[in-house]
Amino acid sequence: MKLTKDQVKKVASLANLPVTEQEEELYSKQLSEILDYIDKIEDAAATKEVKPTFNVSMNTNITRPDKVSINLTQEEALSNGSSKGGQFVTRGVFENE
Amino acid sequence: MSDLITLSLLETIAGLEKKDFSKAELNQAYLERISELNPKLNVYLEVAKKSDEIPAAIKDLISVKGMKMTCGSKILENYAPPYNATVIERLIRNGVSFLGKTNLDEFAMGSSGENSAYGATKNPWNQGKVTGGSSSGSAAAVAADMCVFALGTDTGGSIRQPAALCGVVGLKPSYGRVSRYGAQAMASSLDQIGPITKTVADARKVLEWISGVDEFDSNVVKTPFKPTELPKDLKGVKVGVPKEYFAQGLEAQVEKVVRAALKELEELGAELVEISLPYTEYAVAVYYILMSSEVSSNLGRYDGIRFGSGRANFGAEAKRRVMLGTFALSSGYFDDYFIKAAKVRTLIKQDFDQAFRECDVIVGPVSPTVAWNLGEKIDDPLTMYLSDIYTIPASLAGIPALSVPCGFSSGLPVGLQILGKYLDEDTILNVGEIYEQATNWRKEKPEL
Repeated sequence: MKLTKDQVKKVASLANLPVTEQEEELYSKQLSEILDYIDKIEDAAATKEVKPTFNVSMNTNITRPDKVSINLTQEEALSNGSSKGGQFVTRGVFENE
Repeated sequence: MSDLITLSLLETIAGLEKKDFSKAELNQAYLERISELNPKLNVYLEVAKKSDEIPAAIKDLISVKGMKMTCGSKILENYAPPYNATVIERLIRNGVSFLGKTNLDEFAMGSSGENSAYGATKNPWNQGKVTGGSSSGSAAAVAADMCVFALGTDTGGSIRQPAALCGVVGLKPSYGRVSRYGAQAMASSLDQIGPITKTVADARKVLEWISGVDEFDSNVVKTPFKPTELPKDLKGVKVGVPKEYFAQGLEAQVEKVVRAALKELEELGAELVEISLPYTEYAVAVYYILMSSEVSSNLGRYDGIRFGSGRANFGAEAKRRVMLGTFALSSGYFDDYFIKAAKVRTLIKQDFDQAFRECDVIVGPVSPTVAWNLGEKIDDPLTMYLSDIYTIPASLAGIPALSVPCGFSSGLPVGLQILGKYLDEDTILNVGEIYEQATNWRKEKPEL
């Protein structure tokens, strides 16, 4: 399948990725080529009805004891972002609406 | 003391026990080697200020407290993880220290090492060639004797392929064998941490150290890794040879080298059985849907708030995969792409279940070619993706896979891939070690 420049723009916005017009052009070409190749799974999927595999370890509902252990301090948790008064600083949610 | 750096991990441990040399001498020898070669090969992104135990190299997407972790990305240029990954804690407990963090394709996405924001690592065998990827620096570090051993990660071949292209041993353990806590998540249903080493016995030792249940990664299986005694030869071992792994696209000279290795396995007592893995041709397509989908979700965390800079700083390959994954998961396409791919994944897994009824291990090439020229495939993502055709199926099936050096083509190393049943690392390691001892390709070293 082909991915048009407009579709690339839409996907980029869903993924919160800033892309230039030039990139839209390039990704439209490259992603279309990749999707053309990927479309071959159609043939395989049609051969047999099977259940999807999401995880091969087969582990389900793994729990651990609910006890407090040594973890990151507030200072450590904040050490890689900008913070103020012990909290992360973020952009306002509604500013860009 | 320059010989120190050529010792394997087991030889290093023995040498330290016998007091042939001290830990200080050992670290000194490696640090000298690093300062001599790193400007030329671009293996380490950061060299530790202090290393005083058995010196290892760590792929720079595994957290080591006190060192930066860039993941090969500009986004994490200044990120310093405030904790150790589980594998790091376990290595420390076993007397290992860290020489530094090794280069990689950004967020482990690439087959050549060229997607690093910090420049490509050069292949120690020929500096005009790629190392393979994404564990480019870790494989080159072992090949160039710039560490005793290294850790890499493998999602679709990122340990095995660079190990093969650099002429060293690489092990991708079974999915769920090793805790990923503290490693940057790429595609969580596929990611595994594993060793890149000078010998197969070293890979076994490192796996013993790092594997096992961890409360921070619920995918780790309860069955422990228990190595058995190494048999004398391969009598009674059935080696499956998949015809799909010797098909179109495999370089003639690489095929010749791998066929010679099969012959050697036969001479060591193994019985070769022709098998078929009919869904192999769909593996790359399935992988690029599932992996990209998981990537698009895992990389969502890079919003510049808790760590790192903003999303504009993703490199081209990261952007491409995030977009492909976002598309495959988007409304209207989810069933056609993601779910369909997950179903074909089942068929690929069944291929292996079926094949392992007739054999104990499956053997073939790791990569269809030897290391290619830097820059050769970087503008053609699809061609780059197809270079992982032999490593991806085992990743999708979650089975263990080992890459062992098996010869050369035009002066560049070729790797032999040995695949095993789920959780049966023991057998592939034994087959690999018996082959290695009979051939000794590992004694070949690049001229540097």
